[in-house]
Amino acid sequence: MANPCAVIGVGQTAYRTKRPDVSMAGLLREAARRALDDAGLTWTDIDAVVIGKAPDLFEGVMTPEGYLADALGASGKPIMRVHTAGSVGGSTAIVAASLVQSGVHDRVLTVAWEKQSESNATWGLTVSGPFTTSLVVGAGGYFAPHIRAYMRRSGAPDHIGTLVAVKDRQNALKNPYAHLRIPGISREMVESTPMLWEPIRYLETCPSSDGACAMVLASEDAAKAAPNRPAWVHGTAMRSEPIFFAGRDTVNPQGGKDCAADVYRQAGISDPRREIDVAEVYVPFSWYEPMWLENLGFCGEGEGWKLTEAGATALDGDIPWNASGGVLSSNPIGASGMIRFAEAALQVRGMAGEHQVDGARRALGHAYGGGAQFFAMWIVGSDKP
Amino acid sequence: MPSDPASVPFDSGKTSEPNHVLEFPGGYTRSVGPVIGRFLSDLRDGRLTGVRTKAGRVLFPPVEYDPDTGDDVTGEFVDVGPIGTVTSWSWVPNPRKTHPLDRPFAWALIRPDGADTALLHALDMGVFEPGAKPPRALRTGMRVRPRWRAERVGGIGDIECFQPEVTMITAPSRLEYRLQGGRALDRFLEGIEQGRILGHRCDVCGQVIVPMKGLCPKDGVPTSEEVELPGTGTVTTFAVNNLPDPRAPEVPFVSAYILLDGAGLTMLALVAGVPADQVRMGMRVRAAWRPREEWTRSMANIRWFEPTGEPDVPFDEIKDYL
Repeated sequence: MANPCAVIGVGQTAYRTKRPDVSMAGLLREAARRALDDAGLTWTDIDAVVIGKAPDLFEGVMTPEGYLADALGASGKPIMRVHTAGSVGGSTAIVAASLVQSGVHDRVLTVAWEKQSESNATWGLTVSGPFTTSLVVGAGGYFAPHIRAYMRRSGAPDHIGTLVAVKDRQNALKNPYAHLRIPGISREMVESTPMLWEPIRYLETCPSSDGACAMVLASEDAAKAAPNRPAWVHGTAMRSEPIFFAGRDTVNPQGGKDCAADVYRQAGISDPRREIDVAEVYVPFSWYEPMWLENLGFCGEGEGWKLTEAGATALDGDIPWNASGGVLSSNPIGASGMIRFAEAALQVRGMAGEHQVDGARRALGHAYGGGAQFFAMWIVGSDKP
Repeated sequence: MPSDPASVPFDSGKTSEPNHVLEFPGGYTRSVGPVIGRFLSDLRDGRLTGVRTKAGRVLFPPVEYDPDTGDDVTGEFVDVGPIGTVTSWSWVPNPRKTHPLDRPFAWALIRPDGADTALLHALDMGVFEPGAKPPRALRTGMRVRPRWRAERVGGIGDIECFQPEVTMITAPSRLEYRLQGGRALDRFLEGIEQGRILGHRCDVCGQVIVPMKGLCPKDGVPTSEEVELPGTGTVTTFAVNNLPDPRAPEVPFVSAYILLDGAGLTMLALVAGVPADQVRMGMRVRAAWRPREEWTRSMANIRWFEPTGEPDVPFDEIKDYL
């Protein structure tokens, strides 16, 4: 049985197209300091540091843990880096939590980030070796055929993706950290933007952002001393699967279903739609909301788009998804998963500000990455399990 | 004619060539006095110095009187800068021969930290083509520093120009590899070089994996039973890409998952020979090979897949390959 683990500090930078005013280390410190302030701690109180970022080619920074050890106050302490493509922010938080749940450490700082403006993620995703030909142009080029397959398989009408694009950007207007804040965002506005990778329109995709997110995870004793209300970890799970194999369901991957089942079992959840109050789910292209509604068991297969269409996932719906504006509104890739986990924690701590879901007691944080191959999820709650 | 007057050189060709020169031999001499003399001596040492007025203001460059009151300035000299703030500027898209820089630059009023007044000097914003528009980074409030000449003589030209602070560096990155494909991929490309598409059948699930990897990713077992597949197959799903890409013949282009007849999984390939908006899930396609004399050990031997004209495959037959 794992020891209790709580989120006692959350820190985020504002997410922007470019943060030329800070170095990479400065960006991380901005988020980390805010998390430490929230936790009422200083660098010296931290036992270990766990960091995560997108694949090396995205920013051209290799072994960042070496150069960041000093910047994150990790001299003389353990520091490690986690790699799981786009899900890395979630996996990083889970590795950090495991250091507390195992009883090894009392206070662990975890930070994830990306400074997309220093590089070109589409290039990083598109380069291939001399023996293969890759025709994938960026993440949208990879995911577009799978979205088309979902639409065909579920019979979802064309406008569902537009609804999500509008809903998440409306939520972003309530989040001061969000990158894309589009006053008056509307279906007409989204529909008037060009198809980049049909069936994905420009405003149905995530932006490229600079930003960092940090959390302080604490043991039960350390959480008692924290100045603000903690979010308790009720379950964590990770799964992965190969990108190509015979019989793979790319639309509704088995890895995601298994990961969800595992995290729900740990948290004692049998009906996620009823028992989870708010979810922060990795939706980089708007159609992934209905797809993940099904994959995460919030409804049956082929039913996800109906929940979206009925407004169930809106801020005033019965199961708000991405109250923060989600990945569609802020996407520092390496940090995007951790932002989901951190926003879930903020909700159950009652600290989500204007996008707070009233009375949220249990929340899901979700991240996925690669060719929908890596999954990381946690359930956090206001009550100690 | 350019419509923007700023892009028209003030002097054009012929008129800039003088036809008469008047030059005082050796140049006039000027005694500079104690205030200007201090300023110039400090410039020669690579320092910026202002002078304080009775009212407490620091004038830079220093003058011998307070322009507000006409009083003498105090004898108090003050180190200022060297970092300063641009208070105003004017872009010079086409420098003249007598200008301090031979590429587009700005004249700028620069107030060094600690001074109350500004100096007019040239501001080098980097490399630009003649006639360039002012760069976005050039703005009032930007922070700049002097670029000193190595050999200084005690004149305002000891500062070659001002330049922006360092805000970004570039980190060139290049790694060189000697890659090997490995046994399975080598064999696959050997087939492609001969116009054949080879796969492996997995002993456990019985599915044909193409291109083969020498293992079944699902069952985790080695594979070795070679199967040759035809160049025909079915589009399962696809994207219409509207973003240009050097690997595609045109925009829009279609990248599609193709289930080769007999294969257990799809492969990603270009679909062409049909307008993008007529590509369908279930469409039958065949490999379009380049002419035999162009074949190499590369998938580029297959230019793309194009329609066979056969009837579409019903969705039920492809739904388990998505």
